[in-house]
Amino acid sequence: MTIVVVALLAFATVVGLVYRARYGRLHAAGGDLPPGLLAPARDTVTLLHFSSATCAPCRQVRAVCADLAGGLDGVRHVELDADEHLDAVRDLGIWRLPTLLVVDRRGNIAQRTVGVPDRASLRATVTEVLAA
Amino acid sequence: MMLDPRGPRFSAGLTTILFVVVLLTGNGWLALAQAAVFAVGAYDPRLTPYGLLYRYLVAPRLGPPAEREDGAPVRFAQAVGFVFATLTVVGYLSGATVVGAVGASFALVAAFLNAVFGLCLGCEAYLLIKRLRTA
Repeated sequence: MTIVVVALLAFATVVGLVYRARYGRLHAAGGDLPPGLLAPARDTVTLLHFSSATCAPCRQVRAVCADLAGGLDGVRHVELDADEHLDAVRDLGIWRLPTLLVVDRRGNIAQRTVGVPDRASLRATVTEVLAA
Repeated sequence: MMLDPRGPRFSAGLTTILFVVVLLTGNGWLALAQAAVFAVGAYDPRLTPYGLLYRYLVAPRLGPPAEREDGAPVRFAQAVGFVFATLTVVGYLSGATVVGAVGASFALVAAFLNAVFGLCLGCEAYLLIKRLRTA
């Protein structure tokens, strides 16, 4: 059994390192939002954040997004409870929480990530999307 | 319920060690004790033996936490742990050793990821379960 334990811990370490490297890293994404999910807002970039009550990092995402939306013109933060929007969760291929979508001014998805993005890289990404 | 986030990490560390011992010895009774710990933890993570150990022996030496986190995800994760621990108990005590080892393996990996990387398994699994249940 010793070999099994060592193999399990090695496997978990690799999983953990990959998870940590990808966690909260924004990457380019595409696609449209399900119609009617968001109230239309002209010339606004939306930080669309899917969360749930049982998710601790969701609170950190909320703080980062609210902070950014409060400090930048033309940016809003919308938090949706995944439980209450399971159809949208399915349409958007969301499997894990927190998932954050950056929606551009035309209402198309520009970037997405799972996890908590750091403030500086989210700000840089949003500034880019605002300018696009 | 707001928790010092270091408490659950500490508990996950002890849980990791316990499941290593369970796998090495195949002891179903030890797994039963851990299942009981998970059951208490699903109700209130601070009341488990690990939680009490943290509160009275570890926390006073660390100073106050920088922030507190919601207890709901931790309780959910403890409930998930209870399911795997129960599988382990049933497997080992009924003689289905492979079932016991599989249950303990899942529990070990989950506890290790939580302890070392702070991976919130409750968050990862929650939506998956929800989606599959309503599919």
